[in-house]
Amino acid sequence: MLKDITIGQYFPGKSLVHRLDPRVKIILIVAFIVMLFIADSFFGLGVGMVFVLGAFLISGIPFKMMLKSLKPIMPLLIFTGLLNILFIRTGEVIWKWKFIVITELGVTTALFMVIRIVALIIGSSLLTYTTSPIQLTDAIERLFSPLKVIKVPVHELAMMMTIALRFIPTLIEETDKIMSAQKARGADLETGSVIQRAKALIPIFVPLIVSSFRRAEELALAMECRCYHGGEGRTRLKQLKTSFRDYAALAVTAVFIAGVVFADKIDFII
Amino acid sequence: MDNFLSAKDLKFSYINDTGDERTETEVLHGVSLDIKKGEFVALLGHNGSGKSTLAKCFNAINIAQEGTVFSCGMDASKEENLLPIRQKVGMVFQNPDNQIVATIVEEDVAFALENMGVEPKEIRRRVDEALKTVDMYEYREHAPHKLSGGQKQRVAIAGVIAMQPECILLDEPTAMLDPKGRAEVMKTIKMLNKEMGVTIVLITHYMEEAAQADRVVVADEGRIIMDGAPKQIFSQVEKLRSIGLDVPQVTELVYLLRKEGIDLDPETITEDECVEQLLNIFKKSI
Repeated sequence: MLKDITIGQYFPGKSLVHRLDPRVKIILIVAFIVMLFIADSFFGLGVGMVFVLGAFLISGIPFKMMLKSLKPIMPLLIFTGLLNILFIRTGEVIWKWKFIVITELGVTTALFMVIRIVALIIGSSLLTYTTSPIQLTDAIERLFSPLKVIKVPVHELAMMMTIALRFIPTLIEETDKIMSAQKARGADLETGSVIQRAKALIPIFVPLIVSSFRRAEELALAMECRCYHGGEGRTRLKQLKTSFRDYAALAVTAVFIAGVVFADKIDFII
Repeated sequence: MDNFLSAKDLKFSYINDTGDERTETEVLHGVSLDIKKGEFVALLGHNGSGKSTLAKCFNAINIAQEGTVFSCGMDASKEENLLPIRQKVGMVFQNPDNQIVATIVEEDVAFALENMGVEPKEIRRRVDEALKTVDMYEYREHAPHKLSGGQKQRVAIAGVIAMQPECILLDEPTAMLDPKGRAEVMKTIKMLNKEMGVTIVLITHYMEEAAQADRVVVADEGRIIMDGAPKQIFSQVEKLRSIGLDVPQVTELVYLLRKEGIDLDPETITEDECVEQLLNIFKKSI
């Protein structure tokens, strides 16, 4: 049952979005977030939406995946919406019942915030859909490598992320095994109150943690045997290369940012 | 200088220092062992006999407190020889899951080369070559956790041979595998030894695997007590039994038949030899 969990949610593909340099993709996402936050009109947000939906279309990821990525944040969206609707009391009153006052400004702000969050999630899930976890950690390592100057252990952090990603499936498998073993000895994991069920997890986590330590020790040994001695003088099998399409993507994004600013102006004039 | 790995009067203790209590457990009590270049040596011994500890002394993971270890002509106790020795003397462990570092097969095979600072183009070439050698080339873009045990272990071996080592130490590489995976790994090991001239030190609990080696070394209680060709070692059934080791099934059969007074060669270790001898006896009796 635990095997169904997908990690990284990467969809292999050969589209333009997939082939972009992962470093550029991270920069683009940051630019996109900036884009969303400088937009202060529906026009501006609209431009941002066109940008991200266009990218989604090019990536060839099925649109239902986009909806799926929004599902877990539904409660957050509803909460944000309601909060804005109920607590903004300025502006023209549309509806009033006892102490509940709904104003026009409240509704528009709520809508605005919800669209902004939706765009944000679509954008970042597009990044994880089109970039493999290993590419992501690689890109993060390169992008943050200037921080080595101020003694941030960039390589070590990236290595930790890679190892974590590598061991998630292994540990999930192991959890499954331990759960079966405990169930076979009569452990009851499915019934009882929340506290009882939480307590029933202890005999699962203790062996899991113990075995993780053993694994870590063995892995460290295996890494040493393969000449691992930190990030110093390390080369990589896959070099990251920026090409024409990366610059093109950066240019297009710049145009869209300008577009957002421009659209805000139009809105202001209207 | 054809002793590729050489240990002399080696003593090694595990030191457990918790701050207020310091315990030393001596595991190797003066071991001397020479292994020639290109040899295929099986190292036997029951749990705790010090065989893994000895292997780890050869690639400078364990540094002996007393005695000397020379690997590939380099003194293993010298700090500056650490990385060159580990590159020349690779090691493969029991659990394939715990020695694969990366999330993609080819990235993992490249790991050692990346650490050594090899040029990306050369890494690519050597990774492809190593994967082809262990017959895992078509899986190069797979995730390791989706492979079978035997396949994972072969990826681990590829990760070691990509360094182009002259010797590979294998610490029970087949212990966690099913019979099919075990056969795959043994085939790979033998191929590396016979075709590429890699020196192999195989630690194993499977006597059938040890019987395929050129030389068998038996360790017990931190000492080497037997050393010789598989035939010589396995014919001493009682001595092996006394230290808690088994013998190959064929040898056991021969041993039992000899006890019943049937005249067989005590140094029979392969099934074919055994079958032939038995057929001869049958023919004579008819």
